[in-house]
Amino acid sequence: MPTMPEPTVPAARAALLVLADGRFPAGGHAHSGGAEAAVKAGRIRDAGSLEEFCRGRLHTAGLTAAGLAAAAAAGLDPLVLDEAADARTPAPALRATARRLGRQMMRTARATWPGPELDALAAARPRGAHQPVVLGLAVRAAGASPTDAAHIAAYESVSGPATAAVRLLSLNPFDATAVLARLVPELDQVAARAAEAARRALDEGPDALPAASAPLLDITAETHAAWPVRLFAS
Amino acid sequence: MHLDHADTDIYPQRHTYSSAADPRRPDGTRRALRIGLGGPVGSGKTATVAALCRALRDELSIAVVTNDIYTREDAEFLLRNAVLPATRITAVETGACPHTAIRDDISANLEAIEDLEDAVGPQGGLDIVFVESGGDNLTATFSKGLVDAQIFVIDVAGGDDIPRKGGPGVTTADLLVVNKTDLAPYVGSDLDRMARDARAQRGDLPVAFTSLVAENGVKPVVDWVRDRLAAWSAAHA
Repeated sequence: MPTMPEPTVPAARAALLVLADGRFPAGGHAHSGGAEAAVKAGRIRDAGSLEEFCRGRLHTAGLTAAGLAAAAAAGLDPLVLDEAADARTPAPALRATARRLGRQMMRTARATWPGPELDALAAARPRGAHQPVVLGLAVRAAGASPTDAAHIAAYESVSGPATAAVRLLSLNPFDATAVLARLVPELDQVAARAAEAARRALDEGPDALPAASAPLLDITAETHAAWPVRLFAS
Repeated sequence: MHLDHADTDIYPQRHTYSSAADPRRPDGTRRALRIGLGGPVGSGKTATVAALCRALRDELSIAVVTNDIYTREDAEFLLRNAVLPATRITAVETGACPHTAIRDDISANLEAIEDLEDAVGPQGGLDIVFVESGGDNLTATFSKGLVDAQIFVIDVAGGDDIPRKGGPGVTTADLLVVNKTDLAPYVGSDLDRMARDARAQRGDLPVAFTSLVAENGVKPVVDWVRDRLAAWSAAHA
């Protein structure tokens, strides 16, 4: 009788679900990922334009964040990665946002998967390291893989704007979730690319990591930070 | 591979670093008592915070964290009225969901409190931090990981059936404040009925009726805050 091969389940795969859950209490709910500024400017009006926005963010900021997260999960020095994140984040408003969210992620990660690597980064960056770096380290502490870290970072880059668009435009939530579903093949591609770059970065250093940028997101983040009245912190 | 018994020995407490569960700051000093104020829009939360600050600021070291629905409105009201120096007021942004920031994901509020404690530390530390929620619905309550005690503020003009309707805020808050009692005759609210309904919902938990336009109208709340602070100081001497 032929024997079935043992199913191969990656280590701690379910940690991915915990970390990617929108209810994971690390501050994401207060941020729109640039969607609030794009709604005000008329660039996000409906499900179709939300999808275009999310696609653009995924392949730029999302890819860059996924590379940093995968590299941190793979064991690259988080302080080196934190500098690499600064170099990839020219807008001061987005640097501040990334560090604020990194600090909140650090608090939650130390409560959920405590460990010496997280403690060391928290001590070295008490005001917060860049969020993708902390996320990657949390994935590492949870025992999940660099590819998992890349998936979470890539997904966060589009799930935040989609949720925000529901609140900002009273967009039909089914339509917004369908946007995320249509992006699934590209999410997988971006995560795979980021994880591959992280593998190379183990030998070649952080310059091997993606450095895609979205100038319009940088510019609108700066103007949004100066709005006197807004619903989202970024 | 990372979480085994050895780890639990090294990290016995998965505490969240300045969560309300821990009465001490990292340097070993006692942290400030944290009191949350929640309640529906327009019931007088910010006015109550302002009145508490004015009544207590000469004898106690106070800071305030606001959770506005849109950015800094409440923080700016407190600044304009100069109830505290600007360095003692911080606004947390809530992404259109103030109840999330005070209950489901308290990380931004904990950081705001930590930063205030650090900033005021060199001046002798803080006795009390008031955490004010944005105006929300009757189910909005504070996490026990964020505050030590919570006040729910409603007002007579919002309808005298609110205590009867109950909900987590009215039923479980450590103090229920029924504000704007001076308006009761004009809006047809029955204060006796509100008191009866509140007692039925809350049992022995206290209720304070206030009119902040009256001289020292916030006194019942001030007295309650003083009692809580005395108990907190005695418990963590």
